[in-house]
Amino acid sequence: MSDRPIKIRVRDLYKIFGADPQAALEKVLKEGVGKEELLNEHGHVLGLRRIDVDMRAGEITVIMGLSGSGKSTLIRHLNRLIEPTAGAVEVDGEDVLAYGEARLRKLRRERMSMVFQKFALLPHRTVLDNAGTALAVRGIGRGEYEAEAEKWLDRVGLGGYGGRYPHQLSGGMQQRVGIARALTANSDIMLMDEAFSALDPLIRTDMQDLLLDLQTELHKTIVFITHDLDEALKLADHLVILKDGAIVQQGEPQEILLHPNDPYIVDFISDINRARVLRVRSIMTEGDPHGVETTDEIDHEANLESALSLSEGDTARTFRVTRDGEPVGVLKMRDVVRALVPTEASDEGVRAQAS
Amino acid sequence: MATYDGIFDALGLRGWCDAAEQGGGGGAMSMADLLNKGGDDTTFWQTPFPSLDTLNKACAAMPRTRDLTKGVEEGFLAIKDALKVVLDPLTQPLSHFLEFALWAFQAAPWFVTLPVLFLVAYVASKSLKLVGFVAIALGFLAFIDHYDYAMQTLAIIFVCALLCVLLGVPIGIAMSRSDRLQKSAIPVLDMLQTLPPFVYLIPLIFLFSVTEPKLYGIAIILYAIVPVIRLTDLGIRLVDPEVIEAADAFGMTDRQKLWGVQVPLALPNIMAGVNQTIMMSLAMVVIASLVSAPGLGVLVLRGIRNLELGVGLIAGLGIVLLAVILDRVTKAALARVNASSSVQRN
Repeated sequence: MSDRPIKIRVRDLYKIFGADPQAALEKVLKEGVGKEELLNEHGHVLGLRRIDVDMRAGEITVIMGLSGSGKSTLIRHLNRLIEPTAGAVEVDGEDVLAYGEARLRKLRRERMSMVFQKFALLPHRTVLDNAGTALAVRGIGRGEYEAEAEKWLDRVGLGGYGGRYPHQLSGGMQQRVGIARALTANSDIMLMDEAFSALDPLIRTDMQDLLLDLQTELHKTIVFITHDLDEALKLADHLVILKDGAIVQQGEPQEILLHPNDPYIVDFISDINRARVLRVRSIMTEGDPHGVETTDEIDHEANLESALSLSEGDTARTFRVTRDGEPVGVLKMRDVVRALVPTEASDEGVRAQAS
Repeated sequence: MATYDGIFDALGLRGWCDAAEQGGGGGAMSMADLLNKGGDDTTFWQTPFPSLDTLNKACAAMPRTRDLTKGVEEGFLAIKDALKVVLDPLTQPLSHFLEFALWAFQAAPWFVTLPVLFLVAYVASKSLKLVGFVAIALGFLAFIDHYDYAMQTLAIIFVCALLCVLLGVPIGIAMSRSDRLQKSAIPVLDMLQTLPPFVYLIPLIFLFSVTEPKLYGIAIILYAIVPVIRLTDLGIRLVDPEVIEAADAFGMTDRQKLWGVQVPLALPNIMAGVNQTIMMSLAMVVIASLVSAPGLGVLVLRGIRNLELGVGLIAGLGIVLLAVILDRVTKAALARVNASSSVQRN
């Protein structure tokens, strides 16, 4: 998967909030002052600390962390709603930080669109006009953007609602408008800032499915922010876990799940339903299944829950794993059970500190 | 001997004081001075506050309070001519505008004016009930022969409120965009709002002739412009920062943001400001009758001056009716703006 070209590259990004961020940055870089100390003794908030991320074209990069971990700050650096204190942000190999006002505006208008947690629709404009915002901003007349906006409203399941006002719609529908607005911009990159966090669980699942559905069709580069691990694991091609403004671990979500490298992450993943999240491909034995006695076959993207139900509880079974109908490996039920052994909440982790 | 002689002696200023006494030679004497001339044998409990006048008694070189007011007056008179050269041509259009409006409101026959006013009320409020109320109120005023006065008052309010909005909204927008401007403008607005309306009139009377309509025009505008400025500023600052962020994220220019997002979303507040401005113009137009503003205020003034109780009270009732009409119509317009933009709050 990681052979796709890098679309957004973030290097050594620092963000410090306060009266004199540059001086505070010196302290962080040279004296190694920590977040707490910087706040208590220098009155500056360390928002982001040495962020290095590559976001690949056509992938969903999920940035996950608790509130205050700096994830919303990070995503706003990508389209420079927030200016970094130090570091580099490159989009398509171009240094975004060097952009002047006009080029930055062009970037925001044509190459990046954004979906917000609280929808941030324009309440005085109709749903159709909201969906067409990006085109209207470019100076395209209503007559011309109407068809495009209509098309994307249809696609997100809001056909026929164009004439309504946002406040006449439910939260889930408003966020559909938010997504349609971002899609109408026809940009390669979509930034989604806790886009589904304000929605009810059922609607949230719906929206996640909608997003994955759209993604298989459109292959956009999506940067998705969330504080919900289940959501992160469901959506992510590449998962970045933030804590206190720094990256704790990043990589393929299955990989992080099986090999967490930090007590913080162990705490995070100790609660989730591993059987539903882990996939067959992550624990199968690769290689030719010929010669091994197998009872059935299973797709490599299936989760372990379906493997369990297929085995009917018999741990002695072995399955052929297939990708697009071709056999790619063997799945032993013993390995499945082993993978399901929960990682305990760590002693030094967040929870231990809380109790 | 005056109470504070000792202080000047102690400071070694006696020579300076006496020199002034010989040179200036006393100056005019107020009634209080005359009364006090007798004895200075005050007891401890009667020690006067060391005010300018008291100190002057001890030392003639000290200025008196009368000199302060005189200084202000002389200062104003000194810059008056220069001020007039600048302000006169600048404000002349206001006079023409007021004269034209007064003429137009009175020259048009009542059977044209009234339907036009009803139509305006309907367009603003979209409520036939309200138009009915307007018709009854104006009909009543016309029936008791207050039609001309009411129209004069309306004409002045129309001109002044319009100018308040035309000037106030841009000022409010500018204030919302610059914290520095806001900081410096707020004390001025506070002063304009708290200064008793009569006090405005004093310098204006010196600057302009009482026969010129712009005299009261300026007084009304200064008094009534404050709410529309304040509420425009407030309204724009209250626009949901998330929506502003979205506007930025989609690459809106400042202008697109202002006219496409901030002003429309601030409109309910701006309209509330317009409503307040109109009500304050009405309040001021009555006071401005002191400086020859025509309209219902003239009748109120006559009621006070000639002790014509009935005239004054009926004119007052007329003003109340106009106030209710203007308030209801603008509030109905405001409610419509609120309903159509209906900012999401959840």
